[in-house]
Amino acid sequence: MKYLCLVYCDESLLHSLPESPADAECMAYAESIQGSGRMLAAEALKPVQTATTVRVRGGQMSLTDGPFAETKEQLAGFYLVDARDLNEALNIARGIPAARVGSVEVRPIRELQP
Amino acid sequence: MATLATVRAQLETVYRQESRRILATLIRLLGDFDLAEEAMHEAFFIAVERWQRDGIPASPRAWLVSTGRFKAIDSLRRRARFDRSQAQLVQALESLEEAQVNDEELEDDRLRLIFTCCHPALAADAQVPLTLREVCDLTTEEIARAFLQSPATIAQRIVRAKAKIRDARIPYQVPSLAELPERLDSVLRVIYLVFNEGYSASSGESLMRHDLSDEAIRLGRLLQQLLPDPEVLGLLALMLLQASRQQARSDAQGELVLLDEQDRRLWNRELIAEGCQLVQQALRSQQFGVYSLQAAIAAVHAQAASAEDTDWAEIVGLYDVLWQRWPSPVVELNRAAALARRDGAQAGLAAVEAILARGQLQDYHLAHSARAELCRQLGLLGQAREAYCRALELTRQGPERRFIERRLSEL
Repeated sequence: MKYLCLVYCDESLLHSLPESPADAECMAYAESIQGSGRMLAAEALKPVQTATTVRVRGGQMSLTDGPFAETKEQLAGFYLVDARDLNEALNIARGIPAARVGSVEVRPIRELQP
Repeated sequence: MATLATVRAQLETVYRQESRRILATLIRLLGDFDLAEEAMHEAFFIAVERWQRDGIPASPRAWLVSTGRFKAIDSLRRRARFDRSQAQLVQALESLEEAQVNDEELEDDRLRLIFTCCHPALAADAQVPLTLREVCDLTTEEIARAFLQSPATIAQRIVRAKAKIRDARIPYQVPSLAELPERLDSVLRVIYLVFNEGYSASSGESLMRHDLSDEAIRLGRLLQQLLPDPEVLGLLALMLLQASRQQARSDAQGELVLLDEQDRRLWNRELIAEGCQLVQQALRSQQFGVYSLQAAIAAVHAQAASAEDTDWAEIVGLYDVLWQRWPSPVVELNRAAALARRDGAQAGLAAVEAILARGQLQDYHLAHSARAELCRQLGLLGQAREAYCRALELTRQGPERRFIERRLSEL
């Protein structure tokens, strides 16, 4: 089953805490998951001030600057993995270096019904 | 050939003794709680007719598992004609080996079931109800009474938890040895709650529901075999030592008898010996926790010839250690009762009133009972009456209510 691990963190603290992971560590972890054959995709995101939110209402598109909602912790990156079950997905999630300073939400992927 | 009455009686026995084992195995084989439950009930239904015709099978449990499994595959196959997404599931089920139903596998299934029901990814307030429902076959109403919730609330928690197990694919397995310690705490908590539900049913007439306590002890023994962790031993010891007093805990009329007044000749010496031995083993490990400490306290009681002979200083000391690990007002209340024995009723009453003065345990009938009893001993009859009345308002167990009423009439 596919799971999306959403990494949330207070962006202002993400890189400044003693526990904060360096890019090299994040890269190494992503490679280890890649090596295990469970990785589908993983990326880190630029800060939310670079975000643009799109909505379409009545055929009309509107754009707003910023994320869809102002929250205390922001989406900072994600892992899309293929795991046997929730336990395996949780084990991958607990190893994500940013979990030490933020939170990782693990969500199963819903297969669309054609 | 067997008569309808014989078959019915046999099925009732099998249901009582084996239905949870059968369900646990069907969940493993079918991979879905609701499907398994439906399949099990269908198997019992079919058995009524089939056993009359063909006689009662040599292994009723194996027969019911295998029949339930076939019925489930059958009904899925019928559904698959209309819903292509079911077809894959049917194929997967059919390719499974013929149901493995040897006894060892069945015990493992029960353990799988309990670890799944106590999975930390499930809401904490859903783990206990789900375990009581699925592992112990308590009704939603019984669970609701035990937790002072409405049946609708409990039912909703169970439904949500089952949906999460299915949709997030929480695996149906015993955790690996590396994961086991951190998964164990919630399992122990759940088992002890099950024991207590059996030991002192939350309401109604039956003071003890031996089968539930036995169930909890059996689960404890099973865990002991799998993982002889000090706290597993401690919990098992605690349950055995409490169960050892079962005969003495109520009199011939079913009325409650307090520890001090129990006929200690009725205590089960075998259970006490086993419990004490387990306590020793747990304490020697130096890695004991709150269950081992509570068991150690129960062991001091169990080894005393009478209430007067009890080593109250030792018990107060053990409560002190327990309170450091687990600073709960209920622990403090029990410590206060021991303190009253060691230092006198005045000291005990001061400790109980300190807890109540902080606004804690206001709705806990035993806090008011304890206060009432100490007031009575000190000759403060007005306060004793008031506290017994408050305790009476808060308890729903028939025997406990009558006990308090007796005390009130004796004032």
